Amino acid sequence: MKDHVPVLEIINLGKAYRDFGHEWRRILSWFGFPFKPRAEYWALENINLNLAPGEAVGIVGQNGAGKSTLLKLITGTLKPTTGKVIVRGRMAAILELGLGFHPELTGRQNAYHIAGLMGCSRQQTDAIIDAIEDFAEIGAYFDQPVRTYSSGMQMRVAFSVVSSIRPDILIIDEALAVGDAYFQHKCFRRIRTFKEQGTALLFVSHDPGAVRTLCERAIILERGRLLRSGSPDTILDYYNALIACKEEETIRQQAGLTRSGSGEARIISASLHGQDGPRNIFISGEPACINVVLDLHNSLDDLTLGILIRDRLGNEVFGTNSFNLGIPLHSLTGKPAPQTLRFTIPKLNLGPGSYSLTVALHAGFAHTIKNYDWWDGALTFEVVCPTERPFIGVAALDVQLQIS
Amino acid sequence: MKTMLFTLWRYRYFILGAIKNELLTRFARNRLGAIWMIIHPLAQVAIYTLVLSAVLSAKLPGINNQYAYAIYLMAGILSWSLFNEVLNRCLNVFLEHGNLLKKIAFPHLTLPLIVTGHALLNHALLFLATLAVLVILLHPPTLSLLWIPLMVLLNLGLALGLGLSFGILNVFIRDIGQIVPVILQFWFWLTPIVYTTSMLPESYRALFLLNPLSAIVMGYQDILVYGHRPELTQLIYPACLAALTLALALFLYRRASQEMVDIL
Repeated sequence: MKDHVPVLEIINLGKAYRDFGHEWRRILSWFGFPFKPRAEYWALENINLNLAPGEAVGIVGQNGAGKSTLLKLITGTLKPTTGKVIVRGRMAAILELGLGFHPELTGRQNAYHIAGLMGCSRQQTDAIIDAIEDFAEIGAYFDQPVRTYSSGMQMRVAFSVVSSIRPDILIIDEALAVGDAYFQHKCFRRIRTFKEQGTALLFVSHDPGAVRTLCERAIILERGRLLRSGSPDTILDYYNALIACKEEETIRQQAGLTRSGSGEARIISASLHGQDGPRNIFISGEPACINVVLDLHNSLDDLTLGILIRDRLGNEVFGTNSFNLGIPLHSLTGKPAPQTLRFTIPKLNLGPGSYSLTVALHAGFAHTIKNYDWWDGALTFEVVCPTERPFIGVAALDVQLQIS
Repeated sequence: MKTMLFTLWRYRYFILGAIKNELLTRFARNRLGAIWMIIHPLAQVAIYTLVLSAVLSAKLPGINNQYAYAIYLMAGILSWSLFNEVLNRCLNVFLEHGNLLKKIAFPHLTLPLIVTGHALLNHALLFLATLAVLVILLHPPTLSLLWIPLMVLLNLGLALGLGLSFGILNVFIRDIGQIVPVILQFWFWLTPIVYTTSMLPESYRALFLLNPLSAIVMGYQDILVYGHRPELTQLIYPACLAALTLALALFLYRRASQEMVDIL
């Protein structure tokens, strides 16, 4: 099929959003006044892509990578700043299910409305309305107002309408993620049938399974550029690696962001050590220790040093403090020289992933009484799975299996 | 231009269907349905009649009917309601359908046309109601009614031209959506709807004709109140302005349609 003329040609496509500083300048620029945009933000740059009949291409990328912009440019709702999109044949797009539905109208009336929005005439819709009703399989609800529908039923009607006539290009933006498994299967069957009949498919999804099974090619968008194109497997692997990188970066970005407290006592530094010295990658179950250097030159009646380990999402994984450990610290205060304290962890029984450490100095058992110094994200570290005994989850429980 | 009209023609079923849908949704859950569309303007007429007819001593020059003032008001409010509705709806039509414009490719001009169609339907209903009231008040309309379509056309042209222009600008500068209703309030009182120009000092009358809506409203009044054809020479000015604003709207639309969706 590859030797066919492509149904979709994207040539050097780019989209810039322009900021004129003030919108009056933009409006005056239409009238020929020489106002230049103050800033240009390129949401997409230099995209080239061809779609042959019957070919399915998956688009992956993180939020803000430009996937939606690309689809909008292809469907024509956005106008490209550079390059062009050549569409040969009928295009149908599902960018958002239930878009344009009037809640007060029945499924049937909405079907006519949406078909009209897609450019079908009344007669054309008359000819396909029964097929739409059959495919949606929502029974008598088809003649009930859409406000009485569940989201799954809305999705059924929406998909039925959009896919009622086989398009030459079908564009789907994560729309199939909702709805019940039965109908999802039905949708995928229809999409496959279309594909076999020569429909080209452009598919944006975060569901790796769907991309793998449906597409023979995938592209990855990152910061508005087409980063890579290839088989779905290689692209998805690449994408996962990209996400992992990003997570670490965001944890690092978060680190040091929140530091609060009265400053009567201060944390000078916090570091993480393994058996062989400082490091920030641990194999789950290894011994570790946290060294904290404190400035305690003010005399304080009550002082507690606490640590808190959070996962990459900020969930508290484990926390304790000197109060709970039964070690009073007030005797250390009032001395000018920095003091070093050490938390030892014989087994770092955390699951694989990125973690951040919060260190805090406060009075009493919690920081709500008096907060001297609270340092979120004082450091970040990685925990990897032991290769000999892999497991999943956030905790490493010492599990044995007996056969009795 | 030609292709634009052609695509709109291709979407004629959609436009008609959408007007119907708008009616259906509006009346889906209230019993009086279409009646509400005429109750609002008629209530307005009743209020002004009650409040102002005493002050303005009911009689209008050149008309022999004790309800003269009510009739005069009805003609004015009939024309104002079309102007007001089209302008106000067009002002926000692109913002209201922002999500649709962003995600489905269809000719954007269908949206103001749907709004206009709906407003025209309202206008027709109110017009029929007005005629009925005129007959009840023993002031049956004359053959000059045949001039009404021309007045509607001018009224609509002006409202659509201004509404579309402001509606497009409103996408970019949202303050416009707030300013225009305020301007409309002033505009209502600067138009001879609740008073007649003959009540004004001579020196101000010419000034009032600078308001293009004055001549249009006076046309409606000529037809419905005085039963003669409108002053055609007076209509040249609003006709030119209507054409001018429509041209401006089209120009803005052509320039803005590229960037409108970027901003929505």
